[in-house]
Amino acid sequence: MEHTEQYRDGKLCASLAGQITSMCTEDMRIMEVCGTHTVSIFRHGIRTLLPRSLSLISGPGCPVCVTDQAELDAFIEIANMPDTILATFGDLMRVPATGSSLEKEKARGKDIRMVYSTMDALALARANPDRQVVFAGVGFETTAPTIAASILAAHAENLSNYSVYCAHKLVPPALEALMGLSGVEIHGFLLPGHVSVIIGGQAYASFFEKHRIPCVIAGFEPADMLMGIQELTEMISSNTPGLENAYGRAVSWQGNPRAQKVMDRVFKTANARWRGLGEIAKSGLSIREEFAAFDAARRFSIDPRPAAAPAGCACGEVLTGRCLPPDCRLYGTACTPADPLGPCMVSSEGTCAAYWKYNR
Amino acid sequence: MKNDTIVLDHGSGGLLSHELTEKIMLPAFDNDVLSRLDDSAVIESQKGRMAFSTDSFVVDPLFFPGGNIGDLAVNGTVNDIAMSGAVPLYLSAGLIIEEGFAIRDLEAIIASMAAAARQAGVSIVAGDTKVVPRGAADKLFINTSGVGWIVGDLEINAANARAGDCVLLSGTMADHGMTILNQREGLTFDADVKSDSAALNGLVARMLSAAPDGIRVLRDPTRGGVATVLNEIALASGAGIQINESSLPVRKSVSGLCELLGIDPLYAANEGKLIAIVDRACADAVLAVLRQDPLGADACIIGQVTADHPGRVVMETAIGGRRIVDMLIGGQLPRIC
Ligand code: SF4
Repeated sequence: MEHTEQYRDGKLCASLAGQITSMCTEDMRIMEVCGTHTVSIFRHGIRTLLPRSLSLISGPGCPVCVTDQAELDAFIEIANMPDTILATFGDLMRVPATGSSLEKEKARGKDIRMVYSTMDALALARANPDRQVVFAGVGFETTAPTIAASILAAHAENLSNYSVYCAHKLVPPALEALMGLSGVEIHGFLLPGHVSVIIGGQAYASFFEKHRIPCVIAGFEPADMLMGIQELTEMISSNTPGLENAYGRAVSWQGNPRAQKVMDRVFKTANARWRGLGEIAKSGLSIREEFAAFDAARRFSIDPRPAAAPAGCACGEVLTGRCLPPDCRLYGTACTPADPLGPCMVSSEGTCAAYWKYNR
Repeated sequence: MKNDTIVLDHGSGGLLSHELTEKIMLPAFDNDVLSRLDDSAVIESQKGRMAFSTDSFVVDPLFFPGGNIGDLAVNGTVNDIAMSGAVPLYLSAGLIIEEGFAIRDLEAIIASMAAAARQAGVSIVAGDTKVVPRGAADKLFINTSGVGWIVGDLEINAANARAGDCVLLSGTMADHGMTILNQREGLTFDADVKSDSAALNGLVARMLSAAPDGIRVLRDPTRGGVATVLNEIALASGAGIQINESSLPVRKSVSGLCELLGIDPLYAANEGKLIAIVDRACADAVLAVLRQDPLGADACIIGQVTADHPGRVVMETAIGGRRIVDMLIGGQLPRIC
């Protein structure tokens, strides 16, 4: 705790905010790619410390928000299979799928359990040998290693009733896809801290070389984010793009080789469908042939059908920085946290939810 | 008792029901009104205003560090009555028990209900027990209702907050909520957390005698936490409330756990804390009284009522930013109390 306190120091933050203000003489648009950054920015009131000329735009870094509707429908399909327990992280519970949500299915009597780690899901499988336990595998490079580890553990134990429905996504290909979208104007990227702990600064090198756009990896404490933003504004104003790491205490150039190894052992890259971004080549993970027995999609022959997002929902635009939540015509009327239409209003890391919660 | 678990017959109204009442409830709740065992408790009344409250307790797990469902059920209703400035006097207790429940656990829970009632100076004068088939209820649910008298012409309610008042919190936030969450199946972090379950009527009585005219609002921030209660006060009074993040008291172990689980302590439940909106002129006196009491040892001023942003709660963050503190929507922790 002491360790993080220095990164919440009011004086340090005020001085960083001052430096940013003096540097930000023209309009600058910085995208914080990661949903945890978005929430942290709102939670600490960081926007209120920054000049109006600096826009912080939220990106596609909320794992729940970018989960495709078809994947959500697949979770519901699994939850409806007899003798099955669907294990999931809590933030998926309320996300609307086509005509339902996991929360609603649970209320209808389907066995859906909220877990706090994949190890809890494994424990469920051990405790319920006569039922199939399926883990809803959603997330970026941050969660993928622990899910891979659960598959390795299940494999080692010969657990025949545990599997994962793999809907994992990767951050660098999403950045690449963003650059190819029209109507997205970004001058710099605040890159995610937790994801980078695993993949390291190296993972962004080819993206940076190709686009020469300022990129800074940042942590989640207020001073961490302000340091990252300060470096970005400096690069933008002096037109000297670089790929920098403002989170050196946690992120190295190589990342975490052990986690990468576990991930590589179990998963291979695959094309994936993103809400708002569509299909992106090699932007997701699938379970390798060797561990096919633990792949819920194969075990239960689930073939997700393309599904349409709710009519009028601008989540795709919000996730790609092409519009702000209040620009969505459903925001605050048909779509509120109590009665959400799109995932961005449900997820604790969702941009619409953050706007609603902290910024009205 | 011959049985060691609850069977359906314990709720039948026959011999076993009688035995449960005679052997467990009556000796524990021992008082003159209850021991008459009439169909209703006849209690002496006084002329004036009465406060009346009811609450149901469905906490899981039933036993947790710092208490169990029994003392929680007594303290919860005692506190609800005390928050209107009333002196709580009598409670009722309704139990819904799942078939198969261990009688030993029931005895322990009844004993702590009795102890909590004694400590709070209230009598449990009426009760009811139902037993439902296995699976029809989760182990044990308790409903408590209570009455108390309001002395004099005290007017304490959420609509009374006015600009310039101070917002006091009697101690650290989120102790109960995080204890329950930590105890949940599959989630036992080695964290030193303990529920704050306690009756606050004594504390309220001392606050009222220190500043009879200066206390405008009293609320206990249970489910939904401090943030939700402040929003309710802002809405009811039409005033704005501004709080300061750096003055919000949270135990280190609790804030560590919150951090780990991504939970905001502002929204986590408390069972032995109160929020008081107090005339600025009396704030120091009330604070002093609070701090003299072990239940209020960590009391502090967390903010003020303002004429700005009517109906809204705004926080000045520790780094000097500002943000809205909204009502909790769709529970952070399902079913914690
Ligand atoms: S306000 Fe609701 S409908 Fe609109 S983009 Fe956000 S989540 Fe989607």
